[in-house]
Amino acid sequence: MRWIWIDKFLEFRSGSFARAVKNLTLAEEHLHDHYPGFPVMPASLIIEGMAQTGGILVGEAKNFEEKVVLAKIPKAEFHGFACAGDQLVYEVRILDLRAEGAVVQCQAFVNGSSEPMADVEIVFAHLDNSRANQIFGPKNFVFTRQLLGVLDLAKAQQASVEKSGEASPGS
Amino acid sequence: MATYEEIFKKVQSTLVDALGVDEEQVEPKATLQGDLEAESIDFLDIVFRLERNFGITIPRGELFPENLTSDPSMIADGKLTEKGLNELKERMPYADFTDFAKNPEVERLGDLYTVEMLVKYVADKLAAAGK
Repeated sequence: MRWIWIDKFLEFRSGSFARAVKNLTLAEEHLHDHYPGFPVMPASLIIEGMAQTGGILVGEAKNFEEKVVLAKIPKAEFHGFACAGDQLVYEVRILDLRAEGAVVQCQAFVNGSSEPMADVEIVFAHLDNSRANQIFGPKNFVFTRQLLGVLDLAKAQQASVEKSGEASPGS
Repeated sequence: MATYEEIFKKVQSTLVDALGVDEEQVEPKATLQGDLEAESIDFLDIVFRLERNFGITIPRGELFPENLTSDPSMIADGKLTEKGLNELKERMPYADFTDFAKNPEVERLGDLYTVEMLVKYVADKLAAAGK
């Protein structure tokens, strides 16, 4: 299993806002255990998806030069649940970004509902680069190629849309 | 101009949100780490919240100084030297050193971070900004 809990970015405004989608399917092993006969997405993995959306948003704001790690979840409120076959959309806003880290506000929506099924706040810390390099080496273990591939895909799709728009003006 | 009581109330609600403690626990003399069980990462969260709630800017290391004990001349036998204590007072003008100075053990440094210290810091920031 790959530790990527978002499928695609739907919107990405550098330094401020990101929207990502996560489709839930019965091909996901964990839904068979959580729970047998009632395949509901665990709240912890919804938070992980929000953290990946927010982590990439925060990392991109500093050109991925920082190692962004989830430091704290001061708030996590769930008002509903999502099951296999449902679609989750995560909306993440940067409330604050500074040298030491960032705080983001996240909401999850199920199947296009305008009412959020979850409200979460996440604090990210930027690891001290000199200390992190001593412990982990210079490799950025947070932003792996695999995870950044999600953003690359969104950029490629955007470029493709823009290109087709140029090819057929007025369309 | 915000009154002391107004600032205290807002600092109180900030700490209730950041640390998940009860309002009654957030007394002026309460220490952030000892009494309110704040961990190191909570300090970043507190800085974020104070900035948002009061509309102030808190430069890195100004409210919660970093690398306090990295200079070996500031510490001897697990305690702050006179030089260390004086430097610390300069870097933390909002803290009350009355008790700490009697027994300046490094392990007791956390006791300097109190609710009262936050209130004084914010009050000074607001006054400087004319708020």
